[in-house]
Formats: sequence, C-alpha cells, structure tokens
Amino acid sequence: MESRYAHLDVLENQSIYIFREAYRKFKRLAMLWSIGKDSSVMLWLLRKAFFGHVPIPCVHVDTSYKIPEMIAFRDRVAKELGINLVVGQNREVLDRGETFPNGRITRVECCSLLKKDALQTIIEEKDYQAVVVGIRRDEEGTRAKERYFSPRDKNFEWNFKDQPPELWDQFKTDFEPGTHIRIHPLLHWTEVNVWEYIHREGIPVVGLYFARNGMRYRSLGCAPCTKPIQSNAQNVPEIIDELLHTRVSERSTRAQDQEAEDAFERLRSSGYM
Amino acid sequence: MRTPESNLGAHALRIVIVGHVDHGKSTLVGRLLHDTGSLPEGKFEQIQAVCRGRGRQFEWAFLMDALQSERDQNITIDVSQIWFRSQTRSYVIIDAPGHKEFLKNMVTGAASASAALLLIAANEGVQEQSKRHAYLLSMLGVDQVIVLINKMDLVGYSETVFNQIEKEYREFLEKLGVRPVRFIPIAAREGLNLVEASTSTLSWYNGPTLLRALDKLPTPSSESDGPLRFAVQDVYRFDERRIVAGRIESGTIRVGDYIVFAPNNKTSSVASIERWNAPVKDFATAGESVGIILSEPIFVERGHVGSHQTAAPIETRRFRARVFWMGDKPFSIGKRYTVKLLTQEIECQLASVDRVIDATSLDTSTGLRLSVVKNEVAEVTIQGRSPLVMDNYDKVANSGRFVIVDERDVAGGGIIFGGTYVERERIQSTNLFWSEVGIDYRIRTERNGHRGAVVWLTGLSGSGKSTLARALEVNLFNRHMQVYVLDGDNVRHGLNMNLGFSPDDRVENIRRIAEVAKLMANAGIVVIASLISPYRQDRSRARELVLKADIEFIEVHVAAPLQICERRDPKNLYKRARSGEIRNFTGIDAPYEEPENPEITIHTDRESVTESVGRLLDFLLPRLQLELAEYEI
Repeated sequence: MESRYAHLDVLENQSIYIFREAYRKFKRLAMLWSIGKDSSVMLWLLRKAFFGHVPIPCVHVDTSYKIPEMIAFRDRVAKELGINLVVGQNREVLDRGETFPNGRITRVECCSLLKKDALQTIIEEKDYQAVVVGIRRDEEGTRAKERYFSPRDKNFEWNFKDQPPELWDQFKTDFEPGTHIRIHPLLHWTEVNVWEYIHREGIPVVGLYFARNGMRYRSLGCAPCTKPIQSNAQNVPEIIDELLHTRVSERSTRAQDQEAEDAFERLRSSGYM
Repeated sequence: MRTPESNLGAHALRIVIVGHVDHGKSTLVGRLLHDTGSLPEGKFEQIQAVCRGRGRQFEWAFLMDALQSERDQNITIDVSQIWFRSQTRSYVIIDAPGHKEFLKNMVTGAASASAALLLIAANEGVQEQSKRHAYLLSMLGVDQVIVLINKMDLVGYSETVFNQIEKEYREFLEKLGVRPVRFIPIAAREGLNLVEASTSTLSWYNGPTLLRALDKLPTPSSESDGPLRFAVQDVYRFDERRIVAGRIESGTIRVGDYIVFAPNNKTSSVASIERWNAPVKDFATAGESVGIILSEPIFVERGHVGSHQTAAPIETRRFRARVFWMGDKPFSIGKRYTVKLLTQEIECQLASVDRVIDATSLDTSTGLRLSVVKNEVAEVTIQGRSPLVMDNYDKVANSGRFVIVDERDVAGGGIIFGGTYVERERIQSTNLFWSEVGIDYRIRTERNGHRGAVVWLTGLSGSGKSTLARALEVNLFNRHMQVYVLDGDNVRHGLNMNLGFSPDDRVENIRRIAEVAKLMANAGIVVIASLISPYRQDRSRARELVLKADIEFIEVHVAAPLQICERRDPKNLYKRARSGEIRNFTGIDAPYEEPENPEITIHTDRESVTESVGRLLDFLLPRLQLELAEYEI
C-alpha cells in the first residue's frame, strides 16, 4: 500500500503547506465543514498541519434539510476532537418556509438563501477574514479555474476574469481591507485521490457513502436535492474501483447544478462555495 | 473484493499545451480525450449529431468547445484543467490561454506543469508564439518538452518538411538551453501518432506515439539529492513543544544533523522530526512539509532557511535575475517592491535593467532603461533592504526563484543567476558577486549594499548628540549596514591625546577626526561623527575634506536651547563651567556658531529619540543607496 499511494504524499504535503500559509497570514480564519468526504479529508489534513490540533473554528452551514445521519456524524466528531463548531442557519427564511422543498422557490434560489446567505451572515457575524473551503478542480469547470487563495469582494463576488497569478507556491495574501478570502487546500486533489487517502489513512466518513440495498451516495447535500446512485460499493476499495471505471460526473446527482446550464457558475460567482 | 487497478490513480503528470494560434491545440486535446476513452458518456455522439445536423464534417475542435462551454460556461480566458488516463498513469492537461494579454494566467498554468507539448503546424512552421512560449517555459522551469509537428496531412506527410522544422526549432531551443525530449509528426485531426501509430502515411517515422512518449516521461523527481534547504514557514507551540514548521525545498534533513539558519546564522542540531499520524522516520526529504524540534533554544522565525554548514546558500542583498513582468504598472527603478522568495518577504528595489530580451529573436538590447514593462523579459539587478537567502536557479530551483509584489499584487517572477557561493566557515557575509578585480570603493559598497558617508552631528553639550548617534548606529547596524560612531570620548583618549583646547589644537582636533572619518567612509562605512564642533569654519573644512574624496557629508544640527542643555547637564559640565572650574566652555564662555545650512536640523527638545532617528533615516537612507551608474555590469 505504501508505494501504491506514494502520489498521495505529494498532495498531502501541498495541502499542509497551504493550511500553514493560511494560518500564518489570516488571524481570523475558519474552516467550512460540510460533513462530506472532502471535509473529512480536509479536517484530517488540518490536523496533519497542526500536529493533531484543530486551531481554527469549523463552520457548518445547516440548511435543516441535511440527511439526519450527517448531523449525527458532525456532532460525534466535533465532540470527540473538541472542535470549536460554529453552526450557521438562515432562520428567517426557514421560519417563513420560503424553501424549495416547500415548493415556494427554485432549487437554485433555495441554495442561494439557505447556503450562500447563511454562510455570508455567519462570516460577517464572526468577522472571519478568510474561510478554508474543500473544493477540488476536478469537480466541475468553474472550480477548475480557482486559485488556492481566492479573493471575493465585499458582496462575496468572485471575479474569475481577473484572478491573481499563482506560481511557485507564492500566493497573494495581502488584500484591500474588506476583501474576503477563500482558501482551497484540496484544489489539486481528485475524487479518486480523496478516497485513496481515506483508505490509506483510515479516515472516518459518514456511512451514507457505502452501498445499502444497491444504492449509495456519491456526493452529499440536502436530502431533497441529492439522489443516491446505483452501486454495490460497500467499502472504500470498492468505491475507488467503481470511480476508476465510471465516466459519469461526480455532481450529476446534485439537482441544483442541472437546473440551468450556467446555474452553478451563477451560484459560484455570487459567493457559493 | 476487487482491488483497484494498480497505478491508475497515481500521481497525475501535469502537462501544459502551448503553441501558436490555430496550430491545432483544441483538435489535439479533443482527439486525445476521445482516443484514450476519457470523454464523458454520450459526448462524442452528441457532437456527431450537431455536425451532421449542420451538414458539416466532424470537427474535433467542436468537441473541445462543447466540453469547454459545458465545463467553463464560456470563461475561456483563465486556466482550466482536464484529466485523462493512459494504460499506465493519469494526466492533467492544463489548458492555459495562449493570448499574450493573458500572460499571468498562462504563467499560473504553466508554472505548475512538469511537461509541455509544443505544437507547430507543419504548413506554417515556426511562428512568433512558438518561440515566445518556449522561452517562458524555460524560465518557468518546465524542462520536459515534446514538440509536435501537427497537420502533417497538409504537407503531404513530407519527411523533408518535418526535418526542416525540427532543425530550425531545435536550434532555437538549444539557445534557450531547452533539450526537447523528441519531435513527433502528427495529424491530430486524423489521430495519427497520438495514441495509434501511423503505419502507412508516416511510415518513415520510427519513434513512439505521443501517448507512449508521455508515458515514458519520468515522474518529476523530488530534489532530495540537492543541498538541504529547509524553509521555515512558522513556529508553533503545541503541547509544551516548540515546533519549527517548514518544508524541505531541497535535500534531506536527518535527526542529529547540525543545521545553520540563515540569515542569522544561528546553529542547532535536530532533536526530532515531527509528523502527525504518520510512520515515524528520522529523516525528511524534498517536498515534505514537516515540523522540527531543535536541540538548542535558538531564535528561528518564518523566512529563515536551514541548511547544512558545508553547503550553505548565498546570502546577499544584491542579486542578478532574469525576470518576466506581468503587472500593468512597469517595474521601475526608484520604486519599492517586495520580493517573496521561499517564505522570505523582503523590501527591494530595482537597481538596474541590464538587458531586455526579445523572447522571439533572443536579441538583447542594452540601452539605458529605467523600467521593465508588461510582457517583457529582462535581466536585472535587484537590491534588497536586508539580505536574502537564495541559490542560483540552476543549482537549487526552489530557492532560485521568486516573485515580485507591486503594492499588493504579484506582478513579476524571476530566476536568479550569477551569484557566488562562499564557504561559510571562512566568511560570514557573502556579498561577493564581482570579486575578481581590485578592491576599490565601488566594490566595497557593492558588498555592503550601501555607500559610505560621514554624518556630522554638531550641537551644544547636552543637546543629545551622543544619544542620537548611538540610536542611529543601532538602527543602521540592525539593517546590516556598516556603521561606526566617532566621538570626543573615543578620539580624545587616543588619536588626539596630545591635543588640548587651544584654538590651534581645536582646529587640529577637527582636522584629524575629519581625516579619519573620510578614510573610514572610503572603506564603505557610515561614520557618525558626534562632536560639539562649535566653529563654522572648522566644520566647513571638514566638509571640504570629505567631499573632495567623493564622499557625502551630512551636517546634522542637533539643536536644543541652552537652558534645556544646561538643565540636562549629563556630565555635570555646565555646573563646573558656571563655577569657573572649566574655562572656554561652549555656550557659557565660548561661542557656539549655529550651522547656516545644515542638511537637517533635529530639535531634541520637541521630539522623541525615535522620532528624531526616523527623520534622520528618511533623509539618510536614500543617500546611502547605490546608484545606477555604479552598477554597470
């Protein structure tokens, strides 16, 4: 296993380097923790970077529509590791019942209110300068264009047409006051790499990823908008094998991406993770 | 349970595809994805249907465009990445925009690539961008280059045309020091020599297909055999332990190794190497982000670079580099920038533009230039405010390259050349860039990174000269500058011990001090002369003498009203003068002639020592800088 996974060392070392840069450069730093496999790997890498410690708060944006198993997993891990867990929620919209599952708005609008706005509110409330987010370039096209240190303006908008150059691991870390920074330590990983790393390191992940009755989740989101795929992969090596043979994209089970051709781009450029 | 196929998920080799516009980049990528079975389900059929519907021949570039618009939603100006797999490993194609305006995006993409495919259309031959891109690749350190001569179908699959282009381009690449892995004739549209070898039309070609050539490229080697460079990123205190966190940029570090941390040159041995939840190893090699616990409690901070004593890096304020500029505002002499090199961030200035290079003709122009503008490549000399730890790029790549930050933006990048290594045991400071000539004032100032000067503090006893002189000395010293204070105390007891206070002796006293100050300044030192020196004539003689040696003389009037000086009376001299114990005491029974045109006046009764030193530095530092004319190479 050692040599088969040697390539993971390169990915891991790069992520550790980025975490340490972020921690050094931004005093008010938090990590977005979405409970999924990528977040689990990211939390692990954070502990690698800081020798077992979790020195920054972990923010979970709770839409209230998450699959209950995810919340149980979150609370168990947070307690075990003594994580400073910060939960953000758009109470106002939920109280009014203005959501997609209630049939009042579209999926994309729902994402925007329950995820993007809730995140924006918690960032403003806690005055975080920078947030670590576990996106990867191989997930979809707009994420492929991301930088490791990615600035957003006051309204959290992403100007993908004029991004800072990043070369030789020198990142832009000095910004106009009021700029909000997204930091992406998993940018260079692929979906397969994530599972290989989970396998090698023995990282706990939520059980929804493993097949039950011929179905499993490949990507986790809100229950009404995320569908499981047909699969018999019951353990990590079987998932890896399955992924090496599929030609279907990872986010194809996330309904909000499919709503309009450029739905995801619009969500992202206005501040979605 | 099935086990994953070996190596398929292995480290993806990152390749960048570059070439002149219309030389077939999109077609190549589309065809390559198709032929390696890497396209999403149904995509090929979809494009086929679109082309048939429009009554057109199948167009491979459409496939890329469709993929592009699907993946990128029409954002074509930034870097994108596409994954594909061969039988033996996976690849990431970095799709960097070729347009000149998007240089910073091209650089961002190409800088992370370990190999490049350079595309040249056989019917058009070597074009401007074919050369410009190759030049940038060589600067960015992408040294594995496969040249694809595309569109062989348009030249009748002619071996002669192929050979001609290969010859011409090989000569160009050689001048850059780029040794291409190989030249492959292809016809991307027909898929010739991409995945499948051409058996008929290109039968004269015996080499591998593109995919075979790619599969044969070695995985980028880590620089674990090079000299040790451990870049300190941060220092943590966790669990009662002080952990020096950083990355091994080159070489190998072992428990027990004796490590020198530049630029402070403090040393300690390595007590342990720390990792979390990883197999315990007593060494770490290039590429690893680790933590180190030192045996000695020495001062180490971010920016320091650890090395073994026998193979130390260069430590200097002045260095030569080849830079490319991406900023809208030019890289100009006289402006302050920040150089980021490893984890160091040092304020720097452009000292000179030594030559500007035309990336397509490789011609250089050496006319006097005061700046480097956007998209230009130039050889320059950079002067740091304090020493930088570095290597020549060809010796250790990671510590031989840097970026330049203009205000807040990364606006340029560069690679270092021509620095001289000095054995640390013999000489601690290593500013020896041009040392094989006679030692003169210029050479001394170049090593020091600043000029010599005489700063002459004049003022009443108790006006604050000594305090100011010492504070200034400490400040300059901390900037790694050569500085020394000459005052009544250290001169009267030795050099001038035979002189009294008669008018003639006073003149001689000043003359000797000015003479010594001149010699020391000529040796490259900033001399701070702190003397009452009450007579204008004496001071102007001192000035003449120093200026005659081409050394700057800066007269500083340290001014404070007599009553305040008398109240301070640090040496009880005023009291003794008032009582008549001392005669001819300046301010009491001897005159003090205030300077008429001092370079600067410091009112010590109105501002703090820190403020005074700050004002002095503002005036002084620009005058200590080396000027363009002094640096002709």
